[in-house]
Amino acid sequence: MVFHYDVDGNDFTLAGEISSKVKKRLKQLGLPPEVIRKVSIAMYEAEINMVIHANGGAIDVEVTPQAVHITFADQGPGIPDLEKAMQEGFSTASNEVRELGFGAGMGLPNIKKNSDNMTIDTKVGEGTTIKLVINIA
Amino acid sequence: MELQKVQELLQAEVYAGKDYMTGMEVKEACGSDLMSDVLAFVKEQGLMLTGLQNLQVVRTAEMMDMEAIVFVRGKVPTEEMIQAAERMEMVLMTTELPMFTACGILYANGLTGGEAVSAGE
Repeated sequence: MVFHYDVDGNDFTLAGEISSKVKKRLKQLGLPPEVIRKVSIAMYEAEINMVIHANGGAIDVEVTPQAVHITFADQGPGIPDLEKAMQEGFSTASNEVRELGFGAGMGLPNIKKNSDNMTIDTKVGEGTTIKLVINIA
Repeated sequence: MELQKVQELLQAEVYAGKDYMTGMEVKEACGSDLMSDVLAFVKEQGLMLTGLQNLQVVRTAEMMDMEAIVFVRGKVPTEEMIQAAERMEMVLMTTELPMFTACGILYANGLTGGEAVSAGE
């Protein structure tokens, strides 16, 4: 089962709408609560990143009997130093984003923590693609 | 602790969930203005106390499967937040008390915060 979504990058208040929709769908599919929770947290963090850093993008979710595969693709600025971006506490978020309770430099590490496999393909000036696998069994 | 007791102890006004909060219960709670921390460190806490007031607070609580949010220092949720919470059957309430006092009252009455989870775990 495959779902495709476009993420609007212009409105921070909308960030998380896709994660909310996916969460509902996974509940309808009867996936285990622990899997749904991991998917929800990882997706929400990645969706927020997409809105605050990359002006939106696209999310594809594939559910197989074994795992949930999620791909986040954007045409944003890319990540210049991935090693730094993976460190807890490192953040390039604006004050505006911080005032809303985000941008503490926990996003990417938390996405990694909540997924069984994460790959990041990023190029400065071209964009970033993050692929996640969250195992069901 | 039943959410009705939370409401009584904090003398809070309920903005979402009046119709369904009867009998709803939370085992643990957390207090934070930093949603990044809530997403990274919260485990089973069904109630969040916060001084932040925007739609992403409701979304964060949704992703963490929380039952209720208490806004401290008299912060009133927006209509957009109330509607979102009602759709999720989440309870929103507001207390005039500051964060430390509100958390302290709940803790003193038996509602704890669960196990400590530190960064990197």
